[in-house]
Amino acid sequence: MSVDLSSKPPFRVPRRVPQGPRDTRRHTPKTDFRGLYPRAIKAAFLKLDPRVAVKHPVMFVVWLGTIITFLVTINPNLFGTIQADISQQRILNGTITFVLFFTVVFANFAEAIAEGRGKAQADSLRTTRSDTMARKVMADGSIQEVSSTDLRRGDHVKVIAGDMIPADGEVIQGIASVDESAITGESAPVLKQPGTDIMSSVMAGTRILSDELLLRITHDPGQGFIDRMIALVEGAARTKTPNEIALTVLLAVLTQVFLIVIATLSPIANYIANVLANTSGATVANEFRAGVSVAVLISLLVALIPTTIGGLLSAIGIAGMDRVAQFNVIATSGRAVEACGDVNTLVLDKTGTITLGNRLADELIPVNGHTVEEMANVCLAASVFDETPEGRSIVALAEKLGATLDFDRTMGKGVEFSARTRMSGTDVAGQEYRKGAVDSIKGFVRSRGGTVPDTLDAAYEHVSRRGGTPLAVCKGSDVYGIIHLKDIIKPGLRERFDQLRRMGVKTVMLTGDNRITASVIAQEAGVDDFIAEATPEDKIDVIRREQAEGKLVAMTGDGTNDAPALAQANVGLAMNSGTQAAKEAANMVDLDSDPTKLIDLVTIGKQLLITRGALTTFSVANDIAKYFAIIPTIFAAAGIGSLNIMGLKSAESAIVSALIYNALIIPALIPLALKGVRFRPLTADQLLRRNIFIYGLGGMITPFIAIKVIDILLPLP
Amino acid sequence: MLQGWIQIAFTLLIVVVISPVLGSYIADVFLARPTILDAVLHPLERVILRWGGMNTPGPMSGWQYARAVLASNFAMLIVVYLILMLQGVLPFNPTERGTPSWHLALHTAISFVTNTNQQHYAGETTFSYFSQFAALGFTMFTSAATGIAVAIAFIRGLTGRPLGNFYSDMVQAITRILLPLSVVGAVVLMAAGVPETLAGPVVFPSLEDPSLSQAIARGPVAHFEIIKVLGENGGGFFSTNSAHPFENPNGWTNLIQLVAILSIPSSLIMTYGFFANNLRQAWLVYTIPLTILIGLLVITATGEYQGNPEVNALLGGQAPNLEGKEVRFGWAQSALYAVFTTASMCGAVNSMHDSFLPSGGFAMLFNMFLQIVFGGQGTGTAYLFAYLILAVFVTGLMVGRTPEFLGRKIEKREVVLASLLILLVHPIAILIPAGITLAFSTQLAGISNPGFHGLSQVIYEYASAAANNGSGFEGLDSTTLWWNLSTSVSLLAGRYIPIVALLLLADSLSHKQPVPLTAGTLRTDTGLFVGVTAGVILILGALTFFPALALGPIAEAFQIAGGG
Repeated sequence: MSVDLSSKPPFRVPRRVPQGPRDTRRHTPKTDFRGLYPRAIKAAFLKLDPRVAVKHPVMFVVWLGTIITFLVTINPNLFGTIQADISQQRILNGTITFVLFFTVVFANFAEAIAEGRGKAQADSLRTTRSDTMARKVMADGSIQEVSSTDLRRGDHVKVIAGDMIPADGEVIQGIASVDESAITGESAPVLKQPGTDIMSSVMAGTRILSDELLLRITHDPGQGFIDRMIALVEGAARTKTPNEIALTVLLAVLTQVFLIVIATLSPIANYIANVLANTSGATVANEFRAGVSVAVLISLLVALIPTTIGGLLSAIGIAGMDRVAQFNVIATSGRAVEACGDVNTLVLDKTGTITLGNRLADELIPVNGHTVEEMANVCLAASVFDETPEGRSIVALAEKLGATLDFDRTMGKGVEFSARTRMSGTDVAGQEYRKGAVDSIKGFVRSRGGTVPDTLDAAYEHVSRRGGTPLAVCKGSDVYGIIHLKDIIKPGLRERFDQLRRMGVKTVMLTGDNRITASVIAQEAGVDDFIAEATPEDKIDVIRREQAEGKLVAMTGDGTNDAPALAQANVGLAMNSGTQAAKEAANMVDLDSDPTKLIDLVTIGKQLLITRGALTTFSVANDIAKYFAIIPTIFAAAGIGSLNIMGLKSAESAIVSALIYNALIIPALIPLALKGVRFRPLTADQLLRRNIFIYGLGGMITPFIAIKVIDILLPLP
Repeated sequence: MLQGWIQIAFTLLIVVVISPVLGSYIADVFLARPTILDAVLHPLERVILRWGGMNTPGPMSGWQYARAVLASNFAMLIVVYLILMLQGVLPFNPTERGTPSWHLALHTAISFVTNTNQQHYAGETTFSYFSQFAALGFTMFTSAATGIAVAIAFIRGLTGRPLGNFYSDMVQAITRILLPLSVVGAVVLMAAGVPETLAGPVVFPSLEDPSLSQAIARGPVAHFEIIKVLGENGGGFFSTNSAHPFENPNGWTNLIQLVAILSIPSSLIMTYGFFANNLRQAWLVYTIPLTILIGLLVITATGEYQGNPEVNALLGGQAPNLEGKEVRFGWAQSALYAVFTTASMCGAVNSMHDSFLPSGGFAMLFNMFLQIVFGGQGTGTAYLFAYLILAVFVTGLMVGRTPEFLGRKIEKREVVLASLLILLVHPIAILIPAGITLAFSTQLAGISNPGFHGLSQVIYEYASAAANNGSGFEGLDSTTLWWNLSTSVSLLAGRYIPIVALLLLADSLSHKQPVPLTAGTLRTDTGLFVGVTAGVILILGALTFFPALALGPIAEAFQIAGGG
């Protein structure tokens, strides 16, 4: 008989939105964004320094153009006498200079604001890094007070309740509870003790609440996780990722192409002016010549080169790192974040990742002619002192079935589970209630003179076949039946695996369970593949096998024996609760130790690439409208004025409108660059269709409308 | 009018039908599958390769392949130049042609070795029969074969195969594709009345004034003619090229030439389909050049059919524009020929391109700016796929993965090569020399028709050189030192920089570990993606030249429409 547990789950439902990155979830201490904008504005101007500006080739061209237009504002005849009203030329050139200057400033501002957000986050992390005094244990065993910055890798340090942990380290002696909320946001203290893989590492900036610990320092000052995280979110340690470099190359080539186009347009226009002088007279020729002055050509150049994406490219990259950091994940490089988007296969441990760490009682199968109620009573009696989640779930199930204790709890004595006996239970009033591994209970029953009915084995198999873990329960020599312990799949996971499948990401589950159990859970969770009875070596094998097919593999791990697999995987996410070895081998560390986050990281990586592609497409698609705004109007004297399909007022108005659009689109898109294009779990074809529609088609149409509107609003003739 | 449009549609239909057939045959040849001529050709090819010092032609890396292309082409360039300069003392010179100017010979040699055949001379009055068939006719085969070999190496790399061996590929391109088709084609052309003789010109008393004698040039034309069109060469035996009645006597020979012009470049897209085992993708990609071609045909033919508004005003009625056209071809076949020849980088002409209305000039320039409307022999297909790679890179990011094409990741190296190849070289090779020429237009250009049309003339000349097309808008005094040398630079840059980049690109792709196809992979064989690629081609490929088009043919069109 099965019992519905879903109505009131006895476990804590993880606070998670079942899809998409959890932007709302933020464990890091509240980041202080005060003063972000004034600082970013100041930085935007400081970045005008040519030594900094030259790093962004597209915007540097705009910056150089600004200087030239400034010079022709002072002296419009700098590059040859212009047969036109000088003061009018000055006003036009001055306007162009003004708009171009702000184009560069806006692009700098975009980068500065992304960096500023990262810095703010880093600062809030840094508050945990204040210099503290540490009790360093010297070689002779004496204790010396030193500054935490003087600690070196390998030093031994003693911390006592109330102390701040001075540096990242490993517990070598003592048991204590530590408050890690400053780093992870998790308010419940964590027990730390030596030896156990998971619990032995401590982080700088956390506080020891009870007892004392002896630590071995594992990182030199400035090398710890928090330091690395600070450096990365600040953008200081940011290097361009491979894809960003490739895109920069393309943008640089496009810029060069348009440089050639504009440079050669000058003699072409000059030739046409001579032609016009012969055919239409000197007035038309002079008008034409003045219409394609140096400032106008520079304006056309700036309008055509991909300034939108050029100005936002680095902000997108920094914001990507920032999003990962907001997730409480430390990435060692931007490359790792980008690789997340490319992942083809996720290798996931069953326990803790796919299922909740503990199994829960789901069903009681009585044997030996007992009823469910009788069995429930025995189960309750056998589990009443069992404080493990399994034990508590058995109690909950038994009580739900109407079981009551027929003895006074205080009279009973709990029998602890041990690896040798593989059972636990309660002794009360000469009665021995036991529950445990089926073989152990069989032995126990026989030793008490009882017999084991065949129906027990039938029930055992029944449970196994359905992927459950069977526990036998008895009272003395009398076997009562089999408890069906069931793995509980984390809520919402099935949907997420479906999403991943649609995105082309395959999931592989690793478990130590036998094949039957594993296959049932795999099916229930909706993973694509599973490896049963897996050893740590299997993990690395499965990664190698997938990689040999050209796939990128992501995995999570925490134990020391996971380290080789974490290093082999393209994306290795180590749990912060894990061992130092695992954390060293991985390229990301999750401070919350939530392995399911790997799925979120895939979406963050994809979002980063999509944002970059979308804004590039938008930027390039803009060129059509800019061409149609500028070329027909500046060459109107050549008789192509009727190509001015947008009906712009004049060449001056068209140029300035196009440039104003060009400048304003950068700050207008900053929010999108920082937040990222919203990711939807769709197939590649659906995503392309959607994004081409929005950013490709939108990129063609938007500037037509915007430039026309600006043209109408501009107080130019 | 209807008849003209039927001619246009019928010709296109034949091309589309031939493409998969010939494409499949070319794939069989280069995949070393059994083909019909194996029994004869295997031994022959072995002998040729052994004679060339290659007993077992091994596979080449991208660099080796590129070096082989450059070295062999350079050697041919020297030989051709020497033959042209020494033609006075060489045999088969019944018309007793002397030594041309060094820069004309150099330009001609470069122009023919690069598969361009831009001619700054009149064939019958400049070169001996020997120069025509031994120097120029020879390069018509080898330069076309070079293009095919490069395309095949590129396709091999794209589909993850080793690039192959240049010498072996080039020999096979000649023995199995160009030569058999040329033999058949030449015989058909002879039957249609094209001469093939070593005898000198026919001299007879003039019909108008029997006291004067008139010489009619002839020569070994038929074999020259077929490879001229089949190999996208375009260099005419006679000055007037395929407008000459001995090169292209009637409508049937014109049809043969039209089909021959587009057959190999269009078939190579299908060859890709057979290599990649994805005919669906090949057909989808095929629609890009086909659609652009049809669009440009409509623009050109409509303009020619409607005629020049100024002339129509004088006539008091509408008449097709027949200036510079052969009456036996009319507006439709002339428009077809002009668009086909500029689309495919053939460069042969059966009418005066200078005399087309601005809409025709626009279409022809557009073809040569894009270079992928089936494009040059081999290179056109390769460019098309390079555009596809660029489109994958720009738009592929929008599906949230590092972009990949046929399972191979597009990374920095590929982006550098592809963008250099298709974005940068062409504007440099066209706009920079055109800018210089126009800056000194009185000294350098020799423009016959100053005005917007003059700009078109100059841009056309360099576009034709850089795209390795070879057709002339004409109207320029192009036999000068400046024109010969400056177009030579464009010819070489437009030919060899892209070829080296293509081969390195193919090499780099072929070495990549293929990534398996998943639902998260951007599929490149969908209508949507092909439409996106077409957009990328038009924005990145054509917008670059928009200012030149605006001030050239577009301004001229407005001028004519406005009656000025």
